[in-house]
Amino acid sequence: MEGDIVQMGAYIGAGLACTGMGGAAVGVGHVVGNFLSGALRNPSAAAGQTATMFIGIAFAEALGIFSFLVALLLMFAV
Amino acid sequence: MASEAQGEETGLVFHPMDQFVVKPLFGGDTVMWYTPTNVTLWMALTVLAVFALLVLGTSRRAMIPTRMQSVGELAYGFIYRMIEDVAGKDGVKYFPYIMTLFMFIVFSNFLGLLPMAFTTTSHIAVTGVLAMAVFLTVTILGFVKHGLGFLGVFWISSAPLILRPVLALIEIISYFVRPLSHSIRLAGNMMAGHAVIKVFAAFAAILAISPFAIVAITAIYALEVLVAFIQAYVFAILTCVYLKDALHPHH
Repeated sequence: MEGDIVQMGAYIGAGLACTGMGGAAVGVGHVVGNFLSGALRNPSAAAGQTATMFIGIAFAEALGIFSFLVALLLMFAV
Repeated sequence: MASEAQGEETGLVFHPMDQFVVKPLFGGDTVMWYTPTNVTLWMALTVLAVFALLVLGTSRRAMIPTRMQSVGELAYGFIYRMIEDVAGKDGVKYFPYIMTLFMFIVFSNFLGLLPMAFTTTSHIAVTGVLAMAVFLTVTILGFVKHGLGFLGVFWISSAPLILRPVLALIEIISYFVRPLSHSIRLAGNMMAGHAVIKVFAAFAAILAISPFAIVAITAIYALEVLVAFIQAYVFAILTCVYLKDALHPHH
């Protein structure tokens, strides 16, 4: 019985951890959107900055991936 | 997780994680360190594919390149320019390492997209080793090149003096979280994408929504092709960023 409650809590927590994805989505969208609005103002400078954009995406995405990690830990490790 | 669904095989059956199970190739259940598994097979195929493209494809060194040769040259030039842009001129010395990482990851991602294939990069054990290798290489390189001056990467001299200890703490945490985020990013993206495809494949068993499910699988597959390349690119470019920190620790 107690184990069931613990498992229920772990599953609910894993589901809640998925809300972190929304934050990552906002972050990645913000990076790319700002890159595009800058790139459309000055297209000649855009090509040199795509690498920077991908670095920004990677950093924004990492925090969303951490929520995935928390979900995985709750499902398999706890 | 999927154990509830495995009991009776009627109705909707989801096995999204079954594709990531490590199995011995020649029967049996126990996996020892020397057992040839499906991971071994697909890693060997990855190495063979990289070898075929970069060694066999360019062996003739024709003036007018064949298709294989131009793809190989394209990959070479792409990574070379990326290192030059991100890590600077003196980062080019470490080109072979980053090229190796990129080619291995991009080929194991693409081979994993074949039906019935095994994605080696979907395992944190694989990407964790790659990320730890990058982390250790970069840290040791920084200390060898700059001695204790490498610690300047944590001491941001352009910030106000009062803020520096706080920033140093944040920088140290973010430095040691690097191998974790570096490995989880690749493994998580690969695993999540393949699991999503499998979930939609289970929906295709229901007649009413199967056309939608098949269209969705096709669309997600196309997205996965993109993700497979972008994640390899991101892994390589972040390696370059860390390398730049090691070569020029003073901001």
